[in-house]
Amino acid sequence: MTTQPPIVDIRNLTVSLPIGGDRRSAVEEVSLSVSKGEIVCVVGESGSGKSVTAQAIMGLLPKTFARPSGAIMFDGEDILHTSTQRLRALRGRDIGMIFQEPMTALNPVHTVGAQIDEVLRTHLSLPSDERFDRVVNAMEEVGLPDPSRLYHTFPHQLSGGQRQRVLIAAALILEPRLLIADEPTTALDVTTQAQILRQIRDLQRSRGMGILFITHDIGVVAEIADRVVVMKSGRVVESGPVHRILTRPEADYTRMLIAAVPTLHAARPEEPTQGPLALEVNGIAKTYSVRSTFGAAREVVALKPTSLTLHRGETIGVIGESGSGKSTLARCITQLIEPTAGAARLVGEAGGKPFRRRIQVVFQDPYRSLNPRRTVGQSIIEGPMNFGASKADAWAKARELMSLVGLEPKALNRYPHQFSGGQRQRISIARALAMEPEILVADEAVSALDVSVQAQVLKLIDDVQKRFNLAILFITHDLRVAAQICDRILVMHRGQLVEEGSVRAVFASPSHDYTRRLLDSIPGRQVAAAA
Amino acid sequence: MLAFIAKRSLAVIPVMAVVSIVVFLLLRLSPGDPALVIAGENADAASVERIRMALGLDQPLVSQFLIWIRNMLGGDLGTSIFSKLPVTELIAQRIEPTASLALATMLFAILVAVPLGTVAGATAGSWLDRTLMAVSVIGFSVPAFVLGYCMIYVFSLRLGWAPVQGFTSISEGILPFLRSIALPTVTLGLAYLVLIARITRASVLEMMGEDFIRTARAKGVSERLVITRHALRNAAIPILTVIGIGVALLISGVVVIETVFNIPGIGRLVVDAILKRDYPVIQGVILIFSAVYVLVNLAIDIGYALLDPRVRY
Repeated sequence: MTTQPPIVDIRNLTVSLPIGGDRRSAVEEVSLSVSKGEIVCVVGESGSGKSVTAQAIMGLLPKTFARPSGAIMFDGEDILHTSTQRLRALRGRDIGMIFQEPMTALNPVHTVGAQIDEVLRTHLSLPSDERFDRVVNAMEEVGLPDPSRLYHTFPHQLSGGQRQRVLIAAALILEPRLLIADEPTTALDVTTQAQILRQIRDLQRSRGMGILFITHDIGVVAEIADRVVVMKSGRVVESGPVHRILTRPEADYTRMLIAAVPTLHAARPEEPTQGPLALEVNGIAKTYSVRSTFGAAREVVALKPTSLTLHRGETIGVIGESGSGKSTLARCITQLIEPTAGAARLVGEAGGKPFRRRIQVVFQDPYRSLNPRRTVGQSIIEGPMNFGASKADAWAKARELMSLVGLEPKALNRYPHQFSGGQRQRISIARALAMEPEILVADEAVSALDVSVQAQVLKLIDDVQKRFNLAILFITHDLRVAAQICDRILVMHRGQLVEEGSVRAVFASPSHDYTRRLLDSIPGRQVAAAA
Repeated sequence: MLAFIAKRSLAVIPVMAVVSIVVFLLLRLSPGDPALVIAGENADAASVERIRMALGLDQPLVSQFLIWIRNMLGGDLGTSIFSKLPVTELIAQRIEPTASLALATMLFAILVAVPLGTVAGATAGSWLDRTLMAVSVIGFSVPAFVLGYCMIYVFSLRLGWAPVQGFTSISEGILPFLRSIALPTVTLGLAYLVLIARITRASVLEMMGEDFIRTARAKGVSERLVITRHALRNAAIPILTVIGIGVALLISGVVVIETVFNIPGIGRLVVDAILKRDYPVIQGVILIFSAVYVLVNLAIDIGYALLDPRVRY
């Protein structure tokens, strides 16, 4: 494949950062190329410069970046130093691009059909009925059901997977020679991700285009790549054929990335030592009634009656995709929403402690779950002080917890934006622990983190569990993460508990069809198995 | 969509009901007795009482209110205590200058503010943006009557481009009409314009950072269309909202501006009525102004749904 002339050839690309940043350039001396019919994966963690590289090709870098130096040759033409007019003609016609967030990458006020059609209107002059036919064909090709109806729908009426298909259809409708895919499946459910990856692979084979695929997920790399470029802090650390990189990595960083991918092997022993019962959930259920303008109310079942028990020192994983009801379950248990039926009961000596001191939640998004206008110290002491702790005691406790979660107690006076994502999640854990809870609910607590950081935070959760003998309810969509930290797992699907058992038992012999599908969809199973 | 419009329109009824109760009570409970004013300073108690009975002011509040509501629903807003003319007729005589001024001001403000704000938002940080925003602070800070007299001095007295005061009906020719209305429109519209321009800028600027803008650029869409079709269209909701809120600004501004430029409109009518405690006229005008405000905001609510498919209640 490498004998083909490259479609895009990036030579010594350097993009400087504005002065005052934590490093001089976003990418430095990056060289890589993509040939016809080849999928090149650029892999790296946040801040590695992989997205900046991708955006530089399209000339879509935010204005804050200085003019990049080096060269980007597209079919022999330097497109880094070309006019915006020329670049605009290439975009959408010769180079297609798809993005990470299908939820926000589409304009909410135009129909999806019109947004695909916009590519045709921009680059060709065709009569409208001809354009309509081409759009419908393109939608059909990416597997969108009933395209001539879907043409007239708005983005918010479609699922994440469907929206990503719309974006792919728009990017590919003019059969570009190069597709740039910037984390296109990161925001999707694992089963949807598997379908989209297959689709991209199939379309690439039938059209022979080159793909530059940006991802942070080694599993996805294993699924789709022909060649791999590993980036770290703006530089290329290593590159080569996918098989070589995954089996015989040369750089330490690559080895670390591969090692940090959680494997599907259960990390905990089969028969855990069980503490006293901490939480008993009995037939808890949630139904929303959606009122339409004049008609009768429509019922939406978010959670069918579900029961579970959780002991001190035990971690139960609740696994499911979006819409499975796993977060509804967590919110009903923590009384953040009112269940329609059933109840969750905290078992054991309350000792006069109110409900909120006994059960605490760590949320998914460390960037948004801490109040940006308060110092992290203020956020940590708020809870204990609400329940009557003196300010001095609360601060002393906060300092102690900061060192416990591996941060400087001095940093209590800083604001959330001054911390990285992983550090913020540590602070969220400290905030939860400040209440001295018996039960910790982690709602996708590590999903937004890079794999290496994820591994550290998982270790921290494991440590604090042992230290405080916590009962943990661990909500996640990621089976690999669940395998690392859970004793038992519950699999949820469409608001229903479909499977329950020890990690080992469920992974070895999944009894429900949906669990099997989940396991099959995990990207890079081969790598995980080999590790 | 039709169901949505119907539902929204029905919601106007309770709002207007509350408005009419408040308008009625506000004036009855405020100090000052119109019977005393009409009778004059030297009148004796008996003649004051006679006038009070003639006006129905001696009856209990509830029956006064019921009579008023019944008449109002029949299109009768009462009779002016002083001129003895029906309030509807008084308003009808004065509506043209006020309506012309209000509509012209809205059009002027929107047509200037939205493009300016869009350009400023799309080029945020440029000299153009900074100049526009600096000027807008001045525009918002200058009181309307100060600006009005300055404009009269420059454009009417010095340059002679516009009449000093008064109003020329559109029936007397479009050009004299525009000349007579130009200065009041600019004076009244400036604060409104600045408000809309600033919101437009902020809203467009926010949209320019959205992911779908990047998607549009990746499709090769020209920057002009990226700004109008994608950014401005999504920025429309806050712009529309501030246009609606600004109508209140406009209504209170009309009263001042009509005085400054000596325009015989509803603003002047209500100022005179307040000075004389002419209850029926005051009530009628407030009711009309409230109805306009409520209807404009109904139109804006419907506009939301037309502009943004996600807004469907």
